[in-house]
Amino acid sequence: MTRSGFERQLAEVQEDMLVMAGMVETSIIQSIEALRLRDVALARRTIENDAEIDRRRYEVEERCIELISLQAPLASDLRTIISVLHISVDLERMGDHAEGIAKIALMLADEPPLKPYIDIPRMAEVAIDMLHGSVEAYKMRDTKRAREIIDMDDVVDGLYEQVYHELLLFMIDDPTLTQRATYMIWVAHNLERIADRTTNICERVVYLVEGRLHDLNVSKY
Amino acid sequence: MEPPQSLARTISSLEHMTSETTRQGILGTSAEPAAAGQQGEAIRSPSEETVFSLRDVGVTYGPKRAISGITLNMPLQRVTALIGPSGCGKSTLLRCLNRMNDLIPNARVSGTVEYHGTNIYDRNVDAVEVRRRIGMVFQKPNPFPKTITDNVAFGARINGIKGNMDEIVERSLRQAALWDEVKDDLKKSALALSGGQQQRLCIARALAVQPDVILMDEPCSSLDPIATLKIEDLIRELCQNYTIIIVTHNMQQAARVSDYTAFMLAAEHGLNGRLIEYGPTTEIFTHPRDRRTEDYITGRFG
Repeated sequence: MTRSGFERQLAEVQEDMLVMAGMVETSIIQSIEALRLRDVALARRTIENDAEIDRRRYEVEERCIELISLQAPLASDLRTIISVLHISVDLERMGDHAEGIAKIALMLADEPPLKPYIDIPRMAEVAIDMLHGSVEAYKMRDTKRAREIIDMDDVVDGLYEQVYHELLLFMIDDPTLTQRATYMIWVAHNLERIADRTTNICERVVYLVEGRLHDLNVSKY
Repeated sequence: MEPPQSLARTISSLEHMTSETTRQGILGTSAEPAAAGQQGEAIRSPSEETVFSLRDVGVTYGPKRAISGITLNMPLQRVTALIGPSGCGKSTLLRCLNRMNDLIPNARVSGTVEYHGTNIYDRNVDAVEVRRRIGMVFQKPNPFPKTITDNVAFGARINGIKGNMDEIVERSLRQAALWDEVKDDLKKSALALSGGQQQRLCIARALAVQPDVILMDEPCSSLDPIATLKIEDLIRELCQNYTIIIVTHNMQQAARVSDYTAFMLAAEHGLNGRLIEYGPTTEIFTHPRDRRTEDYITGRFG
């Protein structure tokens, strides 16, 4: 007795989740590119692609519910399915944040740039590294890596503080910049949320391996 | 028949126990000294009040060693499930708990099985009294070919249970969640009942002799899902007043009804069954510590 059908379905639903993760990573990269290059077409494409991420999230959820109801999974099988359910929700929300950035890219496309983009692309870079690393940690069931990635969240939080205060000073100096500066704060906020959600994925990796539920992301901020 | 001294003491001390004082236990994590030392922390006995304390229990049938090295505590007024593949010795272990193995020729039990601190295999302990305190319900409902009333009253009568027999019958049938279905047909033959009703009648019969523990050997394996759920509900109900040990092949059933689960495994069918892992049911089914438990409950066994 090896339950080969069940094992195949369990592998497939995880594969679907990983494909979703790849799509979300692309979305984040594209949204920041659209912002930086003032590329309206790319921003629109990113927004359109989010619908597909949403659709896949429900597909993953439905497959998980089906596996739970028909196969009554236990132990590591159960923890895997619960993890997939949670991670797919986190990924879907990250996709929404990328969509949010793309929408701001559209709004800012006709405006002159406030300042050269330095900290925001840096934030995006770290957040993307975190997402990529958390997915790798999931694939390898690597709790050490998962914990390292959780620590990286402080870097993103630090950059967010910095961007926030800098943009606040812009607004104080010149109130006519308020709208553009506020948009930029939204962008930074979206990136901060994306990084935060990658730590949820890492917590699920720890749960999957160790069977313990913890809030591991105890931020300094 | 006079119960032997030590057991009589046990019984009178039982009379003083209330469910209040026994419900406060906190799950322990202390490692058992386990007879087979290498078993280590996978076998963790609850630190609640103990009904059965087994130390290095083994059973042989003639030259065949069925189980060995079983060491664990079973808590009061909880449901403990014994799971494992066929031939792992779970039914043999269950039968150790009320000396049912005495009835099998060639069966030899080693180690100690303490029931409220008394080794039930001590020479001066009366097996009949043990079986009155520790009742049993079997896989296939086995009512007597008598009326419903007689089925329940029979055991009580021969065990010298005093009191109004009609009241005992009613109380037992109510406790077994059967009263409402049979109260107008008490003189009907028990064999006219459905399988699920017959099994609840057998539970009522076991309850009528006022036991402390009920052993159940796959009590739902011949019942349909509805009757099974009724028995499971009943088990949860009964554990407020009784200690229940259940052997089941149905993992979901163990997960639904038990507080603690013991997983057993044999080297080969019927030979040298051992306790692999024992702990709170939620832990066993969500995060077992032993790879062999994991493989069995996720269906990757064999």
